[in-house]
Amino acid sequence: MNSRAIDVLVGVFMLLFFGAMFVLAMKVSNLTSLTSNPGYTLVAKFENIGGLKPRASVAASGVKVGEVAAISYDPETFEASVTLTIDETFIDTFPTDTTASIYTAGLLGEQYIGLDPGAEIDMLQNSDEITLTQSAIVLERLIGQVLFSRSGGS
Amino acid sequence: MSDDGATLVQIRDLHFSRGSKPIFRGLNIDIPRGKVTTIIGPSGTGKTTLLKMIGGQLKASQGTIHVDGQHVGKLRRAELYELRKRMGMLFQSGALLTDLSVFENVAYPLREHTDLPESLISHLVLMRLHAVGLRGARDLSPSELSGGMARRAALARALVFDPMMIMYDEPFTGQDPISMGVLLELIKTVNEALGLTSLMVSHDLKEALSISDYAVIISEGVVVEAGSPEQLESSESAWVQQFLHGQPDGPVPFQVSAPDYEVDLMGQENGKSAVEAAR
Amino acid sequence: MIGFLQRFGRSWIEKVERLGRATLFLLHMLGALGSLVSRPSLLVKQLYASGVMTLSIVLVSGLFVGMVLALQAYNTLIDFGQENRVGTLVALTLVRELGPVVTGLLFAGRAGSAMTAEIGLMKATEQLSGLEMMAVDPYKRVFAPRFLAGFLALPMLAAMFSAIGVIGGHLIGVDVLGVDASAYWSQMQNATSFYSDVGNGLIKGLVFGFVVSWIAIFEGADCIPTSEGVSSATTRTVVYSSLAILGLDFLLTAVMF
Repeated sequence: MNSRAIDVLVGVFMLLFFGAMFVLAMKVSNLTSLTSNPGYTLVAKFENIGGLKPRASVAASGVKVGEVAAISYDPETFEASVTLTIDETFIDTFPTDTTASIYTAGLLGEQYIGLDPGAEIDMLQNSDEITLTQSAIVLERLIGQVLFSRSGGS
Repeated sequence: MSDDGATLVQIRDLHFSRGSKPIFRGLNIDIPRGKVTTIIGPSGTGKTTLLKMIGGQLKASQGTIHVDGQHVGKLRRAELYELRKRMGMLFQSGALLTDLSVFENVAYPLREHTDLPESLISHLVLMRLHAVGLRGARDLSPSELSGGMARRAALARALVFDPMMIMYDEPFTGQDPISMGVLLELIKTVNEALGLTSLMVSHDLKEALSISDYAVIISEGVVVEAGSPEQLESSESAWVQQFLHGQPDGPVPFQVSAPDYEVDLMGQENGKSAVEAAR
Repeated sequence: MIGFLQRFGRSWIEKVERLGRATLFLLHMLGALGSLVSRPSLLVKQLYASGVMTLSIVLVSGLFVGMVLALQAYNTLIDFGQENRVGTLVALTLVRELGPVVTGLLFAGRAGSAMTAEIGLMKATEQLSGLEMMAVDPYKRVFAPRFLAGFLALPMLAAMFSAIGVIGGHLIGVDVLGVDASAYWSQMQNATSFYSDVGNGLIKGLVFGFVVSWIAIFEGADCIPTSEGVSSATTRTVVYSSLAILGLDFLLTAVMF
């Protein structure tokens, strides 16, 4: 095997590697969404976030507009504090009385945050807090409510 | 250490052990410059080990080796490499690099250590190949060479830097008479033509001594006798005579020590032989 | 009893001694890497021997593994009505685990054993001694190029394994089993993070490449220079490499994920 053929084949090998990395980056993973503009941040506090995880979707009318960046516990208000990253193209889109609710995709799916815009004129800016929130539906509480209402009513 | 100009390699009080087995117990040898010297001795006396120690691949536990005035054991890596460039070594199997052609093998040291232009390298390589008679085999791969040709190619490679000394590790083993003759002729000619010092290690007494100027017999880790082949011939030691003439019995007995023959063969029960007991 | 303990203890001391020797060997080899800058052709040749020659087995295996994953994933997920998650499962399994690990095992068996055998044979035929006597440092000319080639080739092959596995999964999941094509890719993209999943998979590949190359080259250089010695060194390379890959995979997964 002469060295010219070896060089060519190693070159092909490198090309295949770059091709594989391209496939992995573009088609397989979320690099495309990551490379788009970072956007602005909003904070929402919930009594119970249920199964919400970081990087879960943030959607308005079902359209993905951002991601959950971080989740932490606020010991002063005893609530969960969720940091959302909203895409830059939606700056000045959401009024200050927007409601953030935790929904479940499908019946057994992942949980995501849905934004329902309100009617205010002022818009949410970077680092603003969404004050109107609705926690996740926790199954045990639901069952408890049903049992309670059944036994309470007549 | 004073450098006696006539001696190229000075070995003094050399001790070396492999594991718990002592190989050398105080070896003293003077290898003369410009001559063909052969080291002979029974199998397993560490002759190949000695060559490796002269080349600096193994370190002595005690004693010194001086090559051209330099103490081999004390050299740092860079200095050792410089010294090795002035020594050539021919291994038993030739030790050619299997993925290169004969030409490339001989050119290898030149390519590694110098920046010579390709034409000059080609010139030098072809000269060496011609000297060993392998110019026509230059494009063969080592796997296509016979044992004798491989050794000739290795010799060409060892000669490429015009070294001051070449060491030959069992060069005649397993060679047919013609290859043997070729090698003998080459070693002698190369030694004279280039003014080299040749150091051979060999079992093939007759052949090796036929071209040697000086010989050293090693046994049990020490030098038994040293001198020119004629001096050794007329040695008074019975052991040397047995060794040189290949006599099966003498100071080195034919029978390895064993129990009494009759006892071993016939067996013994209660002092009687088994034959007697069967009656 | 005492004899047994003595032998047992001695064998462990020998293993520790061997490990020490292997570490010194590694340090010497790493020190020799610098010389490769002036001789890139040596690296290219070894990339060919380790990388290109392992390519066919990696690609074929990757395709089949991807297809099997899709098949099994579909069979399980369909019970939950979640069959459109096939893409996610295939991609994450490949990129995080099977890509680096299976490629590592294949590499150890194909390229690692070849390296050990080649170097062992060079030792047995005195080529390594010959190089030393020609004042050529075998660490620079023989060991370091092979090490760097293996270190780089393994993660590259792992990436190719994962990529073709995902494509194989698509072939089975979408074309044969009828999973919705856009669901296959979009669910996958949502769940797979480039930096933590693909990136960690690459890091695993680098770690495996380091360890497998180290083991393969050391076993070759340290073997007993007979045909028997070379053969047992080759076996040791495959066994130790495989165990090391699986053990390290556990450690790395625990740390990363």
